[in-house]
Amino acid sequence: MTLIEPMEVAVKAKLCVEQVGMVFERDGKSTHVLENIDLEVGDGEFVCLLGPSGCGKTTLLNAMAGFLAPTSGTIRVDGEPVRRPDPRRIFVFQERGVFPWLTVEGNIEFGLFKLTRAERAARVAQYIRMVGLKGFEKSYPHDLSGGMKQRLEVARALAVNPDMLFLDEPFGALDSITRLIMRGELLRIWEAERKTIVFVTHDIDEAVQLADRVVVMSARPATIQQIVPIDIAHPRDISSARYLELRDGIFKQIGLAHRI
Amino acid sequence: MNTLTEPRKWEAYFWPTLTAALFLALWYFSVAWTKTNIFPSPREVVRGMAELVRQHALWGDIVDSLRRVAIGFGTAAVLGIPIGLTLGWYPAADQVVNPVMQLLRPISPIAWIPVAIIFFGVGDKAAIFLIFMGAYFPIVVACASGVTNVPAMYRRAGHNFGLTPVQVLARVVFPAALPRILMGLRIALGIAWLVVVAAEMIAVDSGLGYLVIDSRNSGKRYDLVVAAMLMIGVIGLILDTAFRSLEKIQSVRWGFRNES
Repeated sequence: MTLIEPMEVAVKAKLCVEQVGMVFERDGKSTHVLENIDLEVGDGEFVCLLGPSGCGKTTLLNAMAGFLAPTSGTIRVDGEPVRRPDPRRIFVFQERGVFPWLTVEGNIEFGLFKLTRAERAARVAQYIRMVGLKGFEKSYPHDLSGGMKQRLEVARALAVNPDMLFLDEPFGALDSITRLIMRGELLRIWEAERKTIVFVTHDIDEAVQLADRVVVMSARPATIQQIVPIDIAHPRDISSARYLELRDGIFKQIGLAHRI
Repeated sequence: MNTLTEPRKWEAYFWPTLTAALFLALWYFSVAWTKTNIFPSPREVVRGMAELVRQHALWGDIVDSLRRVAIGFGTAAVLGIPIGLTLGWYPAADQVVNPVMQLLRPISPIAWIPVAIIFFGVGDKAAIFLIFMGAYFPIVVACASGVTNVPAMYRRAGHNFGLTPVQVLARVVFPAALPRILMGLRIALGIAWLVVVAAEMIAVDSGLGYLVIDSRNSGKRYDLVVAAMLMIGVIGLILDTAFRSLEKIQSVRWGFRNES
């Protein structure tokens, strides 16, 4: 009986990070980037990894997506160890990840090569509508604004119907107004599709506005300092007492991390 | 309103025309004042050009030169593009080949003339070999650097969507490297046009290069020499302009635009 219980927990969690450490060797020097990372992300959960620049949160995200093998520990998705990237889990870069040689349509159908032509067309139309790029089907990324390119990259990721999305500071290059709009768009899409999302950011407000749980990481070597559940229902009132309380709590945490 | 940086429409034609007129005037008066009997005046060159056209020799020479460039440059492209892509794709192969290539690359194709004549005798093949030698290395280098400079993000996106390595090469790396490959081909075509003239002066008895040297040798007809030189310039310009129009193709245009 004792054997079954932890297995049930493992099935419930979409993503399990177990004792993950990462050491980079360069020019005979070894840099400890991640240490003793333990994290579970539930199915359909929205988790933000928050930490100072260069702390290793992107490294952790790359390991989760299968682009980097951890030096120690394991990462599992649905109980299976992650060994390589997989179309069921799409990594979204800042908008620079869209392919400039393909049109909006071409980008969205990039990952759909196993579908029939009719299925492809239907998917493309569906996600162009979802991210509000109707009328730009034949446009090239260079003719789009930063926010539109970002939405295009999200659409390209969603079109292959993944279970998980990894977003690496996706709105970092956008101006502050577009960034706010994009957060709203992402939440709308997430509520419609219920993908599991791991979102890396160094913006405390962004993390508290978006996430179910905020994972606060320390400076290098990164460890998990604290996991803060954000118990505010969407749409969130960002002037409410609870929002400010949670945000200021994380501010203190990060401040401490800087002083260490 | 016109801004300072944006020339008015008439200016786009006026200034180049003025420069050309000044150049012609300088040429005309230099010849007139020095009373030279050797160097032709612009009017004599125009007469020389008319004579060449009347004799129908010019057309045959142009076709011969273009044919040699087409074969030499074409062979260099057919061999150079796959080899360059391979070297860029497998850094290990590049390390093996690079020292030899870096040694051969700075050797002027003109220095190959004696070798070409030993290999192929005096004739078409020697000329084509020299053009090939001039065009091959820029193409290989452009293709290899095109591949190595493809942002890692694009390759990773390709792997993430479940593409096989061959598919990543065909659907991501090649289109991403294409603007650089085109730049390399354009440089190679320019060199091929330079080399064909030199090769025709030595290895064959037709073509624009032969026309230049033959006009000088048979009766010091410098009016025909300069007329042939101008023809070489005009055709070179046409070739380059024609090639540059490829840069306007939608799927490569992104690589030629200045980021503002």
